[in-house]
Amino acid sequence: MHTDLSETVIVFVSFFRNALLERDVAKVGCSLPGARKTGTTICGVVYKDGVVLGADTRATEGMVVADKNCSKIHYISPNVYCCGAGTAADTEMTTQLISSNLELHSLSTNRLPRVATACRMLKQMLFRYQGYIGAALVLGGVDCNGPHLYSIYPHGSTDKLPYVTMGSGSLAAMAVFEDRYKPDMEEEDAKRLVRDAIAAGIFNDLGSGSNIDLCVITKGKVDYLRPHDEANKKGVRTGDYKYKSGTTGVLSKLVIPLQLELMEESVQTMDTS
Amino acid sequence: MDRPPNPQNTGVSTGTTILAVKFNGGVIIGSDSRASIGGSYVSNKMINKLIQVHDKIFCCIAGSLADAQAVTKMAKFQLSFHSIQMEAPPLVKAAASVLKELCYNNREELQAGFITAGWDRKRGPQVYTVSMGGMLISQPFTIGGSGSTFIYGYADAKFKPDMSREECLQFTTNALTLAIGRDNVSGGVVHMVVITEDGVEHVVVPGDKLPKFHDE
Repeated sequence: MHTDLSETVIVFVSFFRNALLERDVAKVGCSLPGARKTGTTICGVVYKDGVVLGADTRATEGMVVADKNCSKIHYISPNVYCCGAGTAADTEMTTQLISSNLELHSLSTNRLPRVATACRMLKQMLFRYQGYIGAALVLGGVDCNGPHLYSIYPHGSTDKLPYVTMGSGSLAAMAVFEDRYKPDMEEEDAKRLVRDAIAAGIFNDLGSGSNIDLCVITKGKVDYLRPHDEANKKGVRTGDYKYKSGTTGVLSKLVIPLQLELMEESVQTMDTS
Repeated sequence: MDRPPNPQNTGVSTGTTILAVKFNGGVIIGSDSRASIGGSYVSNKMINKLIQVHDKIFCCIAGSLADAQAVTKMAKFQLSFHSIQMEAPPLVKAAASVLKELCYNNREELQAGFITAGWDRKRGPQVYTVSMGGMLISQPFTIGGSGSTFIYGYADAKFKPDMSREECLQFTTNALTLAIGRDNVSGGVVHMVVITEDGVEHVVVPGDKLPKFHDE
């Protein structure tokens, strides 16, 4: 058997085409539409029996909150979930693509997929696009080799660590982790730690907000807690501007019915093909 | 061909200190353990930059972490295939050449440099540098990464050919400690791997056990 090793070469064509597109659009005087980002806090921690992933639920479009309760913890496989920060469309599509490929792979191997497989697929795809896919991911799950947690950066580098944070609120969340992380925690301690880390991101970062979602993955069981904690409850109004009917007295009433004739009736069918 | 500017930030880089030293009977390859983003945030305090590409061949990485991880994984695959075809462990020069081919052919796009060191039956212990543009040279010892600029003087003055294993470990530890002390993007613990004919030994020196110098 002979393989031509010169074929295993890295291909960089996509971003040259993108650069040409940007230059063409700039000539006309416009700019390409910007992408919606999830200014975000996401994090994960490995504890005694598995992995806890956490995320906030705010999606921003510039300085406006586009979605107050979006879901940032994406399904990859029954035992692997992935939190996504960065451009909302990129994280959504990337995780869906890898989830679909991983299901086919798992059917082909007839085994539960491994976290390292999902990580390898994600990093190879992101590296191929040289950082232009703005997806920063926290990937966690439990497989035959135990619990695993990875952080994956948009350029395709990965870190395998016991605790990770990503997104605009990552520094606030990392501060909480650095203070209180201990190896081999119990499940309740791990959930409280992740909840506090995300809360730190929500209250100290403008790009993160609303509620806290948690996902607890153990061998054979996944607890998707959405929402786990409503950190920002909408307040209840104490007063009301409505006036009861009858507040204004009616002095007189005059009703004039309008006589209308039906002139023409036509039906236009909608093209639903 | 100009590489178009990337609108995203520059990604995670291993601003680093790496070195490899040949001694009597083997090589020691060593690095710090810090990966940073933009020179101001440490994304990984305990990253292992000493990648095993074959049983007795290690390489250490500097530059863009994504590029380095992709290249070393590709090199590891090619080397395992090569060793099956040759029915023998690959030469250290072969490993360094594989990395050099990948770095040189993609020199416009990649931003990663490597130091390859190991032991093979033909030439014994060897150290090779593959620079960012794809240059490959063999040296008795070599230093690399952003922190290496601070220890050129120390390394040139203190290196002796044919040191013993203990002397070489001390030399490597001191060099990495001095570099970590002066370079802000190098830090964490000191990882070292000692490769000899008998096998491979991984030595980790935590930050508080490093030797103390007068710079503090």
